[in-house]
Amino acid sequence: MSLLEVSGLTASYGAAQALFGVDLTVDQGEVVALMGRNGVGKTTTVRAICRMMASGGGLRFDGVDLHGLASHKAARLGIGLVPEGRRCFRDLTVVENLVAAARPGPWDVDQVFQLFPRLGERRQQRAASLSGGEQQMLAIGRALTTNPRLLVLDEATEGLAPLIRDQIWQAILRLKTEHGMSILLIDKLVREIANVSDRAVILERGRTVWTGGIAMLTPEVTSRFVGV
Amino acid sequence: MIRERHLNIGLLAGLLAVALWAMLADQPFTITLATRAVILALAAAGLNIALGIGGLVSLGHAAFFGLGGYVMGVLAYHAQTYTPLELGPFSIAGTKSMPLIWLAAICVSGLAALVIGLLSLRTSGVYFIMITLAFGQMFYYFAISWSAYGGEDGLSIYVRNGFPGLNTLVPIQFFGICYVILCLVLYLHARLARSPFGLALNAARQAPVRVLTVGLDPTRLKLVAFVLSGAITGLAGALFADLYRFVSPTMFSWQMSGELIVLIILGGVARLCGPVVGAVVFVMLEHLLGGLTDFWHVWLGVILLLIVLFARGGLIGMVSGRAVAHD
Repeated sequence: MSLLEVSGLTASYGAAQALFGVDLTVDQGEVVALMGRNGVGKTTTVRAICRMMASGGGLRFDGVDLHGLASHKAARLGIGLVPEGRRCFRDLTVVENLVAAARPGPWDVDQVFQLFPRLGERRQQRAASLSGGEQQMLAIGRALTTNPRLLVLDEATEGLAPLIRDQIWQAILRLKTEHGMSILLIDKLVREIANVSDRAVILERGRTVWTGGIAMLTPEVTSRFVGV
Repeated sequence: MIRERHLNIGLLAGLLAVALWAMLADQPFTITLATRAVILALAAAGLNIALGIGGLVSLGHAAFFGLGGYVMGVLAYHAQTYTPLELGPFSIAGTKSMPLIWLAAICVSGLAALVIGLLSLRTSGVYFIMITLAFGQMFYYFAISWSAYGGEDGLSIYVRNGFPGLNTLVPIQFFGICYVILCLVLYLHARLARSPFGLALNAARQAPVRVLTVGLDPTRLKLVAFVLSGAITGLAGALFADLYRFVSPTMFSWQMSGELIVLIILGGVARLCGPVVGAVVFVMLEHLLGGLTDFWHVWLGVILLLIVLFARGGLIGMVSGRAVAHD
């Protein structure tokens, strides 16, 4: 049984249907990339998985039907979201951001500082005063201190400087190789995705149109469905 | 700039020093004024948990202040008339014991805050303000029509309630009781603000949707803060009633709720000792300007306006400088 099972997922914004049938699975310890052009429903899929919007179709996490669960209850089941646009608690310090959301488990503040030493150096600094890259690290760290079983990263490297982006990709790789973390990630950087992911799922117009191992993600496939 | 921690210690020490000086100088009225300031600070400190950390602008906290006062008034009234308090099938004896009255005031106002919070926290923003105001006014009009306990005229208690080992009729001793309670509540506030619960509550104030995605329920966090806040304000109400040995529906009035918010804004929202500074300034203005003109609130309004315009961190923010989330 997969950790996350999504089958025929549908979702709408009012009268406008955004998802028409998304299928994807994430197994324990697996990194799956969710890809596609802008506006195909990647973030909507994440929002539905995290119960931030109503949806239809099959949606199970570790065998538990997620439909009908409130967002915070889905998070407590073990789904840790790093939302698009960082969204840290701006008026709290780095440490306070990490402590506010912390739940018991192997990931604590010190573990996060080991993963992102830059955050450790700025532990008493307010989140609002951090750079974009540091805020992104903090958003990942905050999700980790909830001790999730599945980490969902929505555009984790968007708009960041190449150096910072590399640090974040290295951290994601460490989460996979050293900690065996199950990850569902959305990004547009094919080369980096290929470095860390086991499989890819490609969406088009709110539907899953391609699923396969990362080795099968050829330039032809990405050119056809992702546009890069 | 003075560090806020040092400023807080200095403020509390100064308040104690004024009361001790008044005792040595045989100025019982000054001690009563200081006690009034301490009790108002305590009530506002309760509200500061909901407003300062949780961002809950409650215009109905007078309900809890009044409930605390009436719990004291009703229990003491039955004790002094040697009649039991009949509550349906239950018959409860009155009491003149402060600790028992405090416990009852905390329980009753906390329970009321739970019910009001459960209903009010379904809303937010201006609707939350209006619904809490409506609850406050419900209690106000109920107290006015509650003729068994004085109705509009209020209820007088002949003798101040007792505390084991102390003579509470001695002003400095009653001041001491209130002062110790205030310090304990401020300590609780300081610990709470830095605890995971306080940080989560602060986060829920900043971004309620974001806290959902990390597994926190903002409504539950705010409800706990609201209940705690109401219970502390209720305790202050019981002490306030004991100070004047009198309770009346004005304790429930919306002006009382407004005054508590004014005290916090004067001192600084979310500042630990903001309510203390606000209460001291308020009582001083009330006493000094109130002796010169009946319209002293106008001057209070001017001061409040200046602070809101030019000192967003309140008087404490002006002196200590360090910004907090609400500045």
